[in-house]
Amino acid sequence: MNHLGTNFYEAVSVILFGIGFMNLLLQNNLIKKFIGLNIMDTAVYLFLAAKGYIWGRMAPILTDGIVDASYYINPIPAGLVLTGIVVSVSVTAFSLALVQRLYKHYGTLNMDEIMKLSREEEGE
Amino acid sequence: MGEKKSVWEHLKAWVDGEEVILDADKYIVNRSKREKKNWRRNFSMEYIRGNVKLYRFLSIAISVLFIGIMLSVVNDLPEFGNPANPADNEVMERYLESGIEETGATNFVAGMILDYRAFDTFGEANVLFLAVMCVVLLLKKDQKNYSAKEEQENREDDFFDENEKRPILQIGGKLLAPLIILYGIYVILNGHLSPGGGFSGGTIIGAGLILYASAYGQKKMQTFFTFRTFTLICVGGLLTYCACKSYSFFTGANHVGFEIPKGIPGHILSAGFILPLNICVGLIVACTMYGFYALFTKGDI
Amino acid sequence: MEHINLVHNIPFFSIFLAMLCGIITALVKNGRVAYKIHTIMVLVVGIMSGILLASVVKNNEIFTFMMGHFPAPWGNELRAGPLEALMAVTFSIVMLLMVSGGSEFIFKDVLPEKQPLYFIMLNALFGAMLALVYTNDIFTAYVFIEINTIASCALIMAKGTPQSMVGTTHYLVISLLGSGLFLLGASILYSITGHLLFPQMKEAILEIIKTEQYRLPLLVVTGFMFIGIAIKSALFPFHSMLPGAYHAAIPTSSGILSGLVLKSYVILGIKLIYCVFSEYVMETLKITEVLFAFGLAGMVMGSVYAMKERKMKRMLAYSSVAQIGYIYMGIGMGTRVGMTAACFHILAHAITKTLLFLCCGSFVEDSGGKEKIYHMRGAAHRNLLAGVGYTVGALSMVGIPLLAGFISKVYFATASVYSSGKMAAVLIVLGVSMVLNALYFLPSVIAIWTPVKGAESRPTSSVSPVFAVSIVGFIILNFALGIYYRPITRIIQMSIDLLVQ
Repeated sequence: MNHLGTNFYEAVSVILFGIGFMNLLLQNNLIKKFIGLNIMDTAVYLFLAAKGYIWGRMAPILTDGIVDASYYINPIPAGLVLTGIVVSVSVTAFSLALVQRLYKHYGTLNMDEIMKLSREEEGE
Repeated sequence: MGEKKSVWEHLKAWVDGEEVILDADKYIVNRSKREKKNWRRNFSMEYIRGNVKLYRFLSIAISVLFIGIMLSVVNDLPEFGNPANPADNEVMERYLESGIEETGATNFVAGMILDYRAFDTFGEANVLFLAVMCVVLLLKKDQKNYSAKEEQENREDDFFDENEKRPILQIGGKLLAPLIILYGIYVILNGHLSPGGGFSGGTIIGAGLILYASAYGQKKMQTFFTFRTFTLICVGGLLTYCACKSYSFFTGANHVGFEIPKGIPGHILSAGFILPLNICVGLIVACTMYGFYALFTKGDI
Repeated sequence: MEHINLVHNIPFFSIFLAMLCGIITALVKNGRVAYKIHTIMVLVVGIMSGILLASVVKNNEIFTFMMGHFPAPWGNELRAGPLEALMAVTFSIVMLLMVSGGSEFIFKDVLPEKQPLYFIMLNALFGAMLALVYTNDIFTAYVFIEINTIASCALIMAKGTPQSMVGTTHYLVISLLGSGLFLLGASILYSITGHLLFPQMKEAILEIIKTEQYRLPLLVVTGFMFIGIAIKSALFPFHSMLPGAYHAAIPTSSGILSGLVLKSYVILGIKLIYCVFSEYVMETLKITEVLFAFGLAGMVMGSVYAMKERKMKRMLAYSSVAQIGYIYMGIGMGTRVGMTAACFHILAHAITKTLLFLCCGSFVEDSGGKEKIYHMRGAAHRNLLAGVGYTVGALSMVGIPLLAGFISKVYFATASVYSSGKMAAVLIVLGVSMVLNALYFLPSVIAIWTPVKGAESRPTSSVSPVFAVSIVGFIILNFALGIYYRPITRIIQMSIDLLVQ
């Protein structure tokens, strides 16, 4: 099997996932970290959307009254992506709210500095 | 305390519970000295971070390794767009061929997420609700996160909202917001017939509300949309959702009760519970989106 | 018309009741009312799960419950057997005792206007844990994993201090990484099997193993899913989020997170092993060996970290890492006996660690917010009941006979005999880890029992009755599980046999 040539959507999506992961590891800025997480999520959605597509078929909404499974693409990945997007929106909102609280108290977005300040505050 | 003791005496004292206590102060001091020398023991991450170069190298190596593995996996995965793939099976066939008959929705995705796999979507609506409650927990003004300075800033903002003339934004908002909200309602009501549904329509309505709020200020918004209305709409939507789905899960699993009429596919009043569920989800999402905006900017709805 | 079997509706009722209470609590303005709603809900769920357990054990059955009008490959499904019912009962009991015992901390540390929100999160967390236990669908599992993540982060940060925010951020980032990997794994698995429900996936995977097509993707997917679950349940190299989070959170949250939330992911993992990947595939792909190795490493390293720790809550957090290591070691043995031991240890750790956190929270409060073990000298004299509770918990973790922790260690040792080639490693590491456990738990026990010279020996500070009841309840449970362990292990064995079929 050698499908790398035809599976370029999937290939792009896994590269994106890797980029997001690298972002998460290397960025010190909290907002950039969370952007990395978002990139990872989006990569998975691209992957799912690519897996749902079938050559030459229509979007899964009744067209011209044709009821035939070989006329439409796979509706399942679309539903999964929808669910995933909502989850990622909620998580992003939550994490940004956390970042806002942290910034209010520490005055910085740098994770290392925040860690240091919080350690000092704790009084080691 | 000062005199030398043999190992055995130390042990005996430790068993008696005296050692830790008698020498505790010295012990703590000694220990913290060691801590300082070996500052890595508190945090394993810190140790890795300490060697910034090593850390960077490792993270890049892991990511590249990951991409490499995944590319070889992609190489082995089913071909893109091939109708003979494993995902193209009886599950998808039934969704597409019997979907209209069984759910009444001509939008197969809506039929799938709100009828066949409605439990996932229930969880999803709950995720959104929990997220907005978390943001309330974090950002709603209370004595721990609200200082006098912010109070002052907020008051100034309100003052500007009331007195400043922003003709383009305000007239634009006045004209556009109703249209946007109307479009959102259209998308929600046609969720089972055309692309769209509760989530997308709700987001559009939320955008309209945000536009209105940014043009006229939160004070004006609060004349008809307070925290109380926000909670009531969210909870009402979710409860209706919960009740509808409980009914259909219970009757479905136990083969009892009467089925909701599906109506004529393609008509606006069709598809059983999908339309009311879309409306509930739309209301929840609209409130949530506006709620996020309001909480992030002012710390209150 | 068929006869309605109400008992089979219990999983669905429990999940929806918990979620419903979570939603309704948003309307409540008073923390006490929210607390009452929560308690009643958990009580009802506990009773229902008890009935379910009795019924499935009596009939020796494992059943699926159709969520909606559509059968298996099309609609969602729940699945319940003795293991699921047992876990639901345990979760309800521990949740009930922990929240009622720790209610004082909630009302003291969380601002009054935010207390109902805390209970929303507790209810949702409980519902999500039940859903993870009962689910038979991989995407439902993903959605409820996310609910679990959000709710547990909310429990950590509810205290509102900057430290708790830092701890939450750390916890959130690492958990999200785990769920991201799980989602990626689930989508690849969907693309090679074409199904989302466990039984259909299992068939497709066995087919894949036979035909050798998509073998590499299958291996990688299995790896990703288990790495995801391991990150979520804080297996050794991914544990760095625990200490900060547990240290900063209020004791009630720490206890629930350590005792129950981590376990719910482990149970999901066990279900995945038996219902999706099947024992045969796990063996062929050598996944069990990896889990075994990490489990052993976690057992030792968790204890080593715990020994170095001077703050009690952080020490308990590291001890959780070690105990999670035990569980993964049991799973990694790859035998049913090992799995039984692991499941038993889930129960034992759930009731013991919550007790420890509860007592620890009370000590911290008594010593005026100071958290170092050094400051807790004589704490047991100030609060006798918490002292006894802590001692029992610590002894159970060390593995003293008559207590729950001892039985699980005996089972681990017995299980090692059945897994060829792993016996020596298991026994040696088990011994080392027990010694290490003793080395960090006993000094803390000695410390709390030694009176401070010069300090006025204050008699017992006022202990609220619910706190006393819950401590006593936990102690009794611990002894009960340590003495009458046979029925429990029989149920676990039976359920594992049923799961394999």
